[in-house]
Amino acid sequence: MTNHAYIYDAVRTPRSKGKKDGALHEVKPVDLGAGLLKGLQARHDLDTSYVDDVVMGCCSPVGDQGGDITKMIVQNADWDESVAGVQLDRFCASGLEAVNMAAQKIASGWEELVVAGGVESMSRVPMGSAGGVMSGDAAFQLKTGFVPQGIGADVIANLDGYSREDVDAYALESQKRAAHARDNGYFDQSVLPVKDLNGLTILEKDDFIKPHTTMEGLGNLKASFEMMGSMGFDDVILRKYNALEKVTHVHTPGNSSGIVDGASAVLIGSEKAGKDLGLTPRGRIVSTAVLSTCPTLMLAGPGPAAKKALAKAGLKASDIDLWEINEAFASVAMRYMKDLDISHEVTNVNGGAIALGHPLGATGAMLVSTMLDELERRGLKRAMLSLCVGGGMGISTIIERV
Amino acid sequence: MSAFKYDKDSDGIVTVTMDMAGSANVMNAEYGEAMRSTLERLEAEEGLTGVVFASAKKTFVAGGDLNGLVKTGADEIEAFYNFLETSKKDMRRLEKLPVPVVAAINGAALGGGYELCLSCNYCVALDSKAVIIGLPEVGLGLLPGGGGVVRLTNLLGLQKALPYLLEGKKIKAAKALSEGMVDATVNSIEELVPRAKALILENKGNANAAVQPWDQKGFKIPGGNANSPKVAQVISGAAAMLTKNTRGLLPAPEAILDCAIETLRVDFDTALRIESRKLASLVPTAVAKNMITAFFFQMSQVNGGASRPHGVERSKTTKVGVIGAGMMGQGIANVSAMAGIEVVLKDVSLEAAEKGKAYTAGLMDKAIKRGRADEAKKEAVLGLIKATDKDADLAGCDLIIEAVFENMALKNKITSSTEGQLAEGGVWGSNTSTLPISQLAEASANPEKFIGIHFFSPVDKMPLVEIICGDKTSDETLAKAFDYVQQIRKVPIVVNDSLGFFTSRTFGQQLMEAAQMVAEGLHPVRVDNLGKAIGMPVGPITVNDEVSLRLSVEAGETQLAEGLISADDDPRPGASALLTTLVKEYNRGGRHHGDGGYYDYSDGGKTIWPKLLELYYKPELEVSDEDIKDRLLFSSVIESLKCLQEGVLRTVADGNIGSIMGIGAPAWTGGYIQFVNTYGLQNFIDRCDELAAKYGERYKAPAIVAEKLAAGETFQ
Repeated sequence: MTNHAYIYDAVRTPRSKGKKDGALHEVKPVDLGAGLLKGLQARHDLDTSYVDDVVMGCCSPVGDQGGDITKMIVQNADWDESVAGVQLDRFCASGLEAVNMAAQKIASGWEELVVAGGVESMSRVPMGSAGGVMSGDAAFQLKTGFVPQGIGADVIANLDGYSREDVDAYALESQKRAAHARDNGYFDQSVLPVKDLNGLTILEKDDFIKPHTTMEGLGNLKASFEMMGSMGFDDVILRKYNALEKVTHVHTPGNSSGIVDGASAVLIGSEKAGKDLGLTPRGRIVSTAVLSTCPTLMLAGPGPAAKKALAKAGLKASDIDLWEINEAFASVAMRYMKDLDISHEVTNVNGGAIALGHPLGATGAMLVSTMLDELERRGLKRAMLSLCVGGGMGISTIIERV
Repeated sequence: MSAFKYDKDSDGIVTVTMDMAGSANVMNAEYGEAMRSTLERLEAEEGLTGVVFASAKKTFVAGGDLNGLVKTGADEIEAFYNFLETSKKDMRRLEKLPVPVVAAINGAALGGGYELCLSCNYCVALDSKAVIIGLPEVGLGLLPGGGGVVRLTNLLGLQKALPYLLEGKKIKAAKALSEGMVDATVNSIEELVPRAKALILENKGNANAAVQPWDQKGFKIPGGNANSPKVAQVISGAAAMLTKNTRGLLPAPEAILDCAIETLRVDFDTALRIESRKLASLVPTAVAKNMITAFFFQMSQVNGGASRPHGVERSKTTKVGVIGAGMMGQGIANVSAMAGIEVVLKDVSLEAAEKGKAYTAGLMDKAIKRGRADEAKKEAVLGLIKATDKDADLAGCDLIIEAVFENMALKNKITSSTEGQLAEGGVWGSNTSTLPISQLAEASANPEKFIGIHFFSPVDKMPLVEIICGDKTSDETLAKAFDYVQQIRKVPIVVNDSLGFFTSRTFGQQLMEAAQMVAEGLHPVRVDNLGKAIGMPVGPITVNDEVSLRLSVEAGETQLAEGLISADDDPRPGASALLTTLVKEYNRGGRHHGDGGYYDYSDGGKTIWPKLLELYYKPELEVSDEDIKDRLLFSSVIESLKCLQEGVLRTVADGNIGSIMGIGAPAWTGGYIQFVNTYGLQNFIDRCDELAAKYGERYKAPAIVAEKLAAGETFQ
């Protein structure tokens, strides 16, 4: 790699329920993103004309989020007219893909300063609004054996032997850790309150966390994908995973990622950019990786992606201090820990999307701030960030403090 | 005693009669408390079958408390927002009562008043002149933040709601019925509450009668939500259409448009919250303060007769003489006859006088075509106008208005030869715009009966009349002129004598400053466009062409010859030289007074006269847009302040209303004097100093600003 890609800062909005009664429903995506960019600018008195590009993930780029929302966010933030913006979509990996792409732009030496992040108002533009071939083209589905990802998650649990209690226990721990982290201010450095046009606070902290969750309460929830499975999807996936007698559906809203609204932004640049602007790097991006695994199972990509990232960096799993795997479903995180042979003690130490929510296109870049803050708080060096991705893909990024 | 009376009848219907202390039901703290306690009682009422909201006042509900609003500062936004949200929760409680709620609209239901109606399940309105319905907040720099934007958009759909929201369109009961903004009308006040109750009884058993459309399952906004292709098309053009009208100077319609569109995107309660935030953002703005001050408080002050002498009995003009049947005279004859006053329209020839009368016939024909008048009305109006070439026909007029050429000798001759025709105690008015009234009055045997009555062109459209008192004008004469102006349904401002009085003098400064900038080498189109950018209806270069460069030059020459001005005192010699060159050397007297003016005119439109650029334009000259805009605006503002300082303006209100209604001061300024209040007096002085340093001493702020500042006052 010719140039280091430094992380100069990472910020995010708080996350709130992605439905009409969520705190952020009243905020347009273009305002949510612009508020964050303005906040980032203010933290560093940033000369925005220095920024080459802004890359933001968004998984439902239609309606309020349609038509290269990133460029509109840049304009809406009153950034310098010269700053470009692009929206990308790699499903749930979009936010981390944005970070990786920004890192590659810097590492190549072709750009000096890039903002990477994501925006997703799931309350305004519900998941699936953009349609798509994966779940919308019968011939394609017949050819590739598509099943909804939740069924993939259930099958992972079945294959690995995670019971309903196991996944619920995992979820309970996520809630506890997230509540503890929020209540002790672990997120405060990076979470910028969302304000209205008067400067009045709309949302100050993550409010999706359910700190009073109990095993009993989780146990009472109905499995989400039973009906869909019985419609035929169970049969489709069992054609590939024929060692299983049947699919046992273990995932519920309680042990799956929450539907929320939110946005994220990471300031990534070259050494020169830091010097020119007087910025001190908080970390750097060591390596990135993306790959694909079985598209029917869909969610088994993170472990292999993390291994690929380690290999590229010339590191071993033991070189990583903290691990962050997006909790799309409990079984995804559990499979990840199993794949890499790592303990829950060093994984998702401040909870994850089960408790905090998963604003699809924004989550990946949110993990950067969460990990960077935690590495700093604990005085540790290196973290691995990973997400499972639609179509069987997996994505990973290694960051380290400098 | 509660401000709301509460009566339950044998059918279980509760009639809430709003009867607050004072002359109207106003949405203040007392109203809020009365509404809350009424709601609590209604929610607990056993055997309730329906609710009627009625008013014991002439108006239904007068709307928000503007006295409070105009004082709300930026540091009080949060409290205001919370107050708004609390009161809107009450409206929501009202519409969620399990029984039908009916508004019985007996009088004006504007702003907050109509917002209350929108929260009721049904509205019954009295079909009378007194009932006006609408959401006029935009005209005060505000948005209907009591649910008005959200509910009207839900009720009518975006496209139909926008004119009521963005233009503040007010309508009568019958129109409201056809628009779906009320559900029924009655012809007499006695039928009003019974009809409201009947609506409740008729809907017994209809479960949806108590549920607002937007709270019903499966409700769709008429015309579609933001995803409908047709609505999307409206949205894509709406911002540009708005900008064309407001030029980005008015935050209120922008906020309204965005809020109405958001209403199509989010759920009802979220939309209400967005609406509250938007109103909260508008309340502390300078524009809202300016518009509330001018269009509400000072407008009522002016129309309420604050500038009319006290203790003089009101009079009615019965017969008005108009001398000179040209553009102004024929217009004055028209508006007088339209108000039912007998008119004698006199010119040197009967033919000319008849031509002046025919002007009214033409206007009436247009009105008939538009369905606003009929043949009988036309005949009645024309029957009031007598065209003549004889002085004797003016006999018995209690008011004569002279509207001949701006020539002092001619005017004096007419005054002395004709004033004898006035009825006993009659008043002589001159419609001059450039000659001093005191001097003209010298030709009169009764200078105390002499006054300036300055109309604006076109008379039938322009709402303002500037009344000018000479040295000797009596209070009775002023009162007579004032009453006449109100009789013809125009807005009177009263000023003291001065060259150009208040309006022409102030207006002229901006035109001359524009000419000065062209003379300095700025591109005339840029100057013209930046005039529009500050909110002038038309750019100053175009205006000058329209009103005539030649007349400006000639008026200047006359004033010089009369010793009224001196060439040494000319603050803008460059502008004067440019106009003289254009008019005298090139016959560029204006659009209607020569071979064109700054512009060449053809059927294809106007283009800048190429020679003008050759003579003056310096592309290398660098002046910022901000400076050009301020030079235009400050020229008029400074002159207005001078008029106040010199006593030409008697009140600040007359200055503000006069500048807006007479000479196109942008609405956002609240008038050329109010502008200074929200700009900040110190800021104003500082900016004047900057402009003076760069462009000339004429930009120094008049001393009155520093005096006010030192006294800790603003211009009120």
